[in-house]
Amino acid sequence: MSGVLISVTRYLLIFLMVLYTLQCFTVLRVHNGARQKVIFLRQNISMFIFHFTAFGILFLEQMNLQIVVFYAVQAVFLLLSLILWCTFYPRASRLLINNMMMLITIGLVMLTRLSFDSAVKQFLILAGGMAAGLVIPVVVRRVIVLTRMTMAYTFVGIGLLGLVLVAARVTNGAKLSLDIGGYSFQPSEFVKIIFVFAVAGLLTRARDLRHVMIATALAAVHVMILVVSRDLGSALIFFITYLAMLFAATRNPYLVLAGLFAGSAASVAAYFLFSHVRVRVQIWQDPFADYSGTGYQISQSLFSIAAGGWLGTGLGKGSPGAIPFVQQDMMFSAITEELGGIFSICLILVCLNCFIMFINVAMRLTNRFYRLVALGLGTTYAVQVFLTIGGGIKLIPLTGVTLPLISYGGSSALCTIGMFAIVQGLYMLRIDEERIQMPTDDASAQKEYTYVQEEK
Amino acid sequence: MFRKKNEEDKEIREAGNGRVRVRVVHLNEEEEEKPVLPPETQQPQTRRGRNTELAILTWIFSLLFVSLAGYMVWFNVSPRRTSLLNNAYNTKQDTSSDRIIRGPILTENGTVLASSQVDYTGNEVRTYPYANIFAHTVGYATNGKAGLEASCNSILMSSHSSLLNQLKNARDSQKVRGDSLIVTLRPDLQQAAYYALGGFNGAVVVMEPDSGKILAMVSRPDFDPNSIAWTWEDMVSDSSSSALLNRVCQGLYPPGSTFKILTALAYLRSTGGSYEDFLYDCTGILERDDVTITCYNSTVHGQETLRTAFANSCNTAFATIGLELDNTVFRRICEDFYFNKSLPVDLPQSQSVFALRKGSGEGDQMTTAIGQGETLVTPLHMAMITCAVANSGVLMKPYLVSRVESPEGNVVSETRPEIGSELMTIDEAETLSELMRATVTEGTGQALSWNSYTVAGKTGSAEYDANGVTGTHSWFTGFSNVDDPDIVVTVIAEDGGTGSATAVPIAQQIFDAYYSAQ
Repeated sequence: MSGVLISVTRYLLIFLMVLYTLQCFTVLRVHNGARQKVIFLRQNISMFIFHFTAFGILFLEQMNLQIVVFYAVQAVFLLLSLILWCTFYPRASRLLINNMMMLITIGLVMLTRLSFDSAVKQFLILAGGMAAGLVIPVVVRRVIVLTRMTMAYTFVGIGLLGLVLVAARVTNGAKLSLDIGGYSFQPSEFVKIIFVFAVAGLLTRARDLRHVMIATALAAVHVMILVVSRDLGSALIFFITYLAMLFAATRNPYLVLAGLFAGSAASVAAYFLFSHVRVRVQIWQDPFADYSGTGYQISQSLFSIAAGGWLGTGLGKGSPGAIPFVQQDMMFSAITEELGGIFSICLILVCLNCFIMFINVAMRLTNRFYRLVALGLGTTYAVQVFLTIGGGIKLIPLTGVTLPLISYGGSSALCTIGMFAIVQGLYMLRIDEERIQMPTDDASAQKEYTYVQEEK
Repeated sequence: MFRKKNEEDKEIREAGNGRVRVRVVHLNEEEEEKPVLPPETQQPQTRRGRNTELAILTWIFSLLFVSLAGYMVWFNVSPRRTSLLNNAYNTKQDTSSDRIIRGPILTENGTVLASSQVDYTGNEVRTYPYANIFAHTVGYATNGKAGLEASCNSILMSSHSSLLNQLKNARDSQKVRGDSLIVTLRPDLQQAAYYALGGFNGAVVVMEPDSGKILAMVSRPDFDPNSIAWTWEDMVSDSSSSALLNRVCQGLYPPGSTFKILTALAYLRSTGGSYEDFLYDCTGILERDDVTITCYNSTVHGQETLRTAFANSCNTAFATIGLELDNTVFRRICEDFYFNKSLPVDLPQSQSVFALRKGSGEGDQMTTAIGQGETLVTPLHMAMITCAVANSGVLMKPYLVSRVESPEGNVVSETRPEIGSELMTIDEAETLSELMRATVTEGTGQALSWNSYTVAGKTGSAEYDANGVTGTHSWFTGFSNVDDPDIVVTVIAEDGGTGSATAVPIAQQIFDAYYSAQ
């Protein structure tokens, strides 16, 4: 009988995800607050039914009471997080909250299916991160000094990355994590946020080409340390984030083109200088040339995606465990195998929706520093999602970064919750700004204009 | 709220100071140097103007995300997914064997070529009623996989059974039957070809030139897929006979005189289509560059037109053509015909070889023109070239899978005949058919001229020298009927001697089988 249920619920899971994704985008077109609230609520209901159904399947397949307990704890956590966010921050972006919770739900379901123990560990970190994340918007909104510590950000960032380079444990050829008191953590995840703040500060204050050069040099130091640490994925994220912020700050497309050109030249140089870069490209061109060696992970990932097709094999019916490091690097392939291509395309769209919301916040802010921060965080997120999914489906060479909020990994989860929370803080700042600038938000800009004119 | 206001004021002041500083530094060059950064005062004042850059960035990144989604769609609709599912390294399909009974392989009229039965202990047994006859084509599914069992593994191991049936099976904890594979093969032709080849090692392929359907595909030596699990060790250790190799698409042979079809085409193109001016006086021998070309048995053919030279398979005449042809042009023509390339067909294959290049010497020119030298070809490739001649120059993509049916008999997918490429003009194809017809009416293929059907073709006696062991493979490739071609038959019998001695009678039996069945 359970076989019948599992066959039917496969379609239900896809249906719920499609529904959720559609609502993500339809709500952008709705401007009536009450109507929006209804849609947001429906999204939450979809999410909870999804969560319940998925865990129902896992329980029927494994007949393990631990799963029921774990489900209950997770359900309470999800509900509590939603309620707390909405009551503490009634003016926060509800869509971003929903997306964050949905991605966490999908990640927890898939992790529980792959490895119960990892899922429990990840859950504890998520719970801790969520508690900490709840405080962040207040900090962002109230503490002005955050905008003034450019040099501190720069030194802490470079310092942490340097520390990784010198002291880190080597995993799979890359230096990524530090071991502190039995816990390993990946500083590059946190430096992503610090880096965005540093660059925002540097570029806000930059007044001429010399300042831009300094900012560029400092950003380049970050990127180069990461390349030497063999953390190519992070290096690329930092690089593209910097270019995007540079473009927004200077409005100068030639600077960005020059940056892209320099980046391409550096990539070509890296290709010839570092064997690990060459290996990545070779695997990308033909993963089966060295199937049992370097090409094994991507080959297994491709087999998984192919096995999934449009509808997936059904939760627990595939064999995504065959992919090495599936929980860290290849969650997207695992999801595609068992929940199907339609589901994973929806997942891509939900990630896109998060990015659009990040940029939306940036667009509405007038303060240059905060605008750059929102843009930088959005770009970081987008590049990371693109790298990990594109790498897993072999659209681009594999770089081994996590899928934010879904992959197993404490640093990544904490840092992503942090990013979402900061953007929430900025979202509320923007509402503050709009209040000051009543009746039209262009009035203050007008005032600014005259003020500077006078001082001259 | 107040905090906010103060902060803004401060920022503006800073901005103002910054601007003053800039002015001081660049006082003298102010005219030439434009500031890199737009000062606050020059920033666009409207929200839209302020956000142009952000909008551009949003579009760029959205495009990246959409390309991810688009790639996922392409992945699922393109052959990429199937090729990955059938990848030799992919072991995932085997995991569905606890849910699905491997689907059967059937011919269009329902003859079973392979099917699985579940015995009373619950074990699945795969049986092949025709045993050795379809060995390479249908393949096997134990001890690894080969043939259709390998290339269509994912089809056979998935089920498009109706949801209701699937639920019923799930309720009774019964396995679902996999989809049926309906193939283009014809058992009568396959049997005729198998027995006609008899004791020879070699290959036979029969195709429909106007659709690309493969009707028969025989490779010998062969094996019995029913008992492969027991005979496996012996077959793998016996490297001399290579019984597991499908010679039709993986065996590389010197084409011998069958290659003159392409040499003739290259000649026609060099003269702009006419061959009436061609006259050659064959003395039975031609010497150039330390290479001696002789006609078979040192026959002296005397005065020849292109037609008689082709029909008699005169080596010296064609070697002379080879000397006159431009190597680069010849190479380009042959590469258009898929030499040094993979064939547009979903079968494991070896690439045919055409070695002549710009600086090649006269010896190579002569041997290549008569299908010797370093030239190598697979029997399937030769059949495809013949198909193009028979089908007015248009090569149809060869295929074996006619359609896929669900266990209830609903069509899941169907192969439509597809044009591979247009290799020749209608005139060129017609001229080549005339030459090939002459081979049968007045040349080396005369044994085929006493039938109710008409045949056009080309024989070949391909000499080989493999590590000192020499011999002659016997080739025939041709089609019937000449006016409205029904089938193409290509035969190679290893060490069969001349084409007319061995391959032609084999082809005759296959043509007979085809027309007696109608």
